[in-house]
Amino acid sequence: MRAVGWRRVLLRWYALPGSLLAALLLGAAMMAALGADPLTGYHALVVGAFGGSTALGATAVRAAPLLLVGIGICIAFRANVLNIGGEGQLALGGLASTATALALPGLPAGVLVPLVLLAGAAGGALWGAIPGALRAYLNVNEILSTVMLNLVAVQIMNYLLSGPMVDRTQNSTFGLIPETRVLPHSSWLPILVPGTQLQAGVIVAVVMAIAVYVLLRRTTFGFRVRSVGISREASRYAGMAVKRTMTAAMTLSGAMCGLGGALLVFGSTSHRMVTDGSLTGFTGSDGFNGIVVALFAGLSPLWTIVSSFLFGGMLVGGDALQVATGVPSTMVTTLEGVLVVLLVSLEYLRRRERLNALAPPVAGSESSLSQRVLAPFSKGASRVPACPPSQLQPGPVEGSGAVVGAPPGGPQ
Amino acid sequence: MTVSGAPTAAGPPERARESVLVAMSGITKRFPGVLANDRVDFDVKPGEVHTLFGENGAGKTTLMRILYGFYQPDEGEIRLGDERVVIASPAGAIRLGIGMIHQHFMLVNTLTVAENVALGLKSSRGPLTDLARVSKRLSELAERYGLRVNPKAHVWQLSVGERQRVEILRALYRDVALLILDEPTAVLTPGEVDTLFAVLRQLAEAGRGLVFISHKVKEVLDLSDRMTVLRAGRRVGTLDRSDATREALIEMMVGRTLVTEVQPPKAESGAVVLGVRALVVRGDRGDDAVRDLDLEVREGEVVGIAGVSGNGQRELAEAIAGLRKPSGGTVRLAGSDISGAGPAVARSAGLAYVPEERLRDGVVPDFSVMENLLLVDSHKAPYSRLGFLQNSVIRRHCARLVEEFDVRTPSLDTPVRTLSGGNIQKLIMARELVRRPKFLLVAQPTRGVDIGAAQYIHNRLISQRDAGTAILIVSEDLDELMAISDRVLVMYEGRIIGSADPRTAAREELGLMMAGITTPA
Repeated sequence: MRAVGWRRVLLRWYALPGSLLAALLLGAAMMAALGADPLTGYHALVVGAFGGSTALGATAVRAAPLLLVGIGICIAFRANVLNIGGEGQLALGGLASTATALALPGLPAGVLVPLVLLAGAAGGALWGAIPGALRAYLNVNEILSTVMLNLVAVQIMNYLLSGPMVDRTQNSTFGLIPETRVLPHSSWLPILVPGTQLQAGVIVAVVMAIAVYVLLRRTTFGFRVRSVGISREASRYAGMAVKRTMTAAMTLSGAMCGLGGALLVFGSTSHRMVTDGSLTGFTGSDGFNGIVVALFAGLSPLWTIVSSFLFGGMLVGGDALQVATGVPSTMVTTLEGVLVVLLVSLEYLRRRERLNALAPPVAGSESSLSQRVLAPFSKGASRVPACPPSQLQPGPVEGSGAVVGAPPGGPQ
Repeated sequence: MTVSGAPTAAGPPERARESVLVAMSGITKRFPGVLANDRVDFDVKPGEVHTLFGENGAGKTTLMRILYGFYQPDEGEIRLGDERVVIASPAGAIRLGIGMIHQHFMLVNTLTVAENVALGLKSSRGPLTDLARVSKRLSELAERYGLRVNPKAHVWQLSVGERQRVEILRALYRDVALLILDEPTAVLTPGEVDTLFAVLRQLAEAGRGLVFISHKVKEVLDLSDRMTVLRAGRRVGTLDRSDATREALIEMMVGRTLVTEVQPPKAESGAVVLGVRALVVRGDRGDDAVRDLDLEVREGEVVGIAGVSGNGQRELAEAIAGLRKPSGGTVRLAGSDISGAGPAVARSAGLAYVPEERLRDGVVPDFSVMENLLLVDSHKAPYSRLGFLQNSVIRRHCARLVEEFDVRTPSLDTPVRTLSGGNIQKLIMARELVRRPKFLLVAQPTRGVDIGAAQYIHNRLISQRDAGTAILIVSEDLDELMAISDRVLVMYEGRIIGSADPRTAAREELGLMMAGITTPA
């Protein structure tokens, strides 16, 4: 407890840049191993992502869905619900908005664009509300249910895109590529800067991020979400509708992801919904990358704007990197993976430092976010059956247990 | 500060020093907001059952968790024989021959008894398991101590009593010299308790030292050779079996911590505010914790509920506050039926509640002082308009509350988890009282709270009563109840078995009632 001062400082201020640096160094080592010059590679990546208005436009467009998923994740995680279903929510949002545009092609752009965005949000909201309600009312683990719903979503998407919604205008591709026809022009997200890809969806995403920040920080609803996320017991005691709040948070989280799905369709250059038969074929893994983006931003909606731009840039620059060095652009994905591992471990360390330093052990409260994120990976998970949750909660109060994260001796 | 009320309190006898198995001295352990152990001395000799006795939250479990390596003491030392030891982890404790059996069993339900015992031990056959050998030795041990359990049975198939036997066997298998049992009888039926006690006596006779943690007077007297009483983290005294009586133990447990000197004048009481009729509430273990209970609290009246913990007080309070659904009977608050309607309904009917588990229920520890003061009324005007929090209004309101209720905090944005117990309690009082409740329910108002804050809280309760609020206080501190209540009711095994006017009743009489003895009136 005494010598941890410098460790806390280190964790607090250098953790994030440190992780980034470590990931970049690893990337450099990989490029060198593949016979490419790391400096050339990174130069290409940076220029490809941020060099010039075209690159910046592409990066912003790539970042917008990531940002929406990221802020959705922020909302859910604040309520201590882990939304791993971003992929499915993106797909449902894409489908709902696409169906709207296909059904109402005659509407003017001023009506149709907001309408398809709303439809996207509604589709995602549905796909978030289901696991949210299951978790709140029936205590179904939301990690499992969201992942399972991703699988359901992909089947719905494949069915709709190769059946009822398939492109029937071109006989040559009919039934081969699961995609819709080009959507009505009045549903396209307007381009903001001519000559770039930059479209209005980027503005929508940034505005939503600010709105979510205000929602969480300044509204009664946000207060309730945060309260429920930290202590369900105290929230219930205070008379809050705990279950309803959890469900609402997940619904809203899904809505943000669904909106991202609409952006993927109407802000794309092809202006149609298309997949290769997998979820990633449509989402480009944004549902998972959005989690990384949110974690990197420390679950703050405003920082998520910054981190989504950074990650969007890495994804866009990855292509330039491939062209310049011949190293596959998927290397960027590897870097992201490294970052996730580092960030999650750091979050765990930070949590442990804080526990060591303060640790007012709260009996019977919900386990923290980081513990839940980590639970499947930590050794302690295998011991859970031996130590009931109440034992894992630390407490000076009789009848409660030991320090969190240090499972009581038990059989080991 | 504490006046020891123990008539026969004595330190550990000096003469016994040479044969002490383990000795803890001057143990202090602080948690934020709570002083869990305050310079506690405790020792165990081979061949004895030494009981740690005290109410919930007195620091018994914390002290034993320090001995078992869960926590490190902030001050004090542990000696094993002549040697000073640092027990860094439960694994270290086990190596030193210390075993602990927890309130909640630490068994893997999907494994067999033998597998559970073998977990964490080196196999005699290298990388292969030696379950047959484990089973054989296990059967021998079971035979010798009368702990009959089938080594091949899966743990999930076993009854609670059998699981406890597995825990004890596991400790014996590791050949512990000292065995700590944390409230082992809490989960057992009376028959199982008898069997357990026979086994424990046998273990002690074989020369092992046993620590028995309990707050049940009868069991303590049945089993122990010595008993050490803890109260509010301090050691009140240690009694030999021959000196101990039921009354002495209860006296030492509830103590005389109270500092409110003057009995407040009885305010005029008015209409019934809280009416509880034939209330039945199920406890966590599925049995009825509150049985057919009637209760009335009037306007301008303080009613105290006394009793040794675990007699249904917690369940009663939770049922009134809407946190626990009653399985029978009604709770009426200011004329409306709120039974089982939930905390929001109870609160809008006029309830304010200062809960027993203040860090779990009373506050959100990671929230700031301001956010915690807002917790209950976050959706109400003027704090919230059109769904938006009115930060300047809230800040002004909270600053006033902190000032008025003397909550000592560096700032309104300080996380509550860093405040002391007394200040957290004052914060909760501030939040609850500012709502001008018709009825105030307070559980353990001054537990773990320093004396200054306790005094302040008592005065606040009295002035609230004088303002006409009906107040129900649940406390295990008899002196507290006698000082500030207008009526004291004693709860025993889920029922109210007696009531007394604290101005005329003798505390001995109330103490006897708490032990379940009613004198014919």
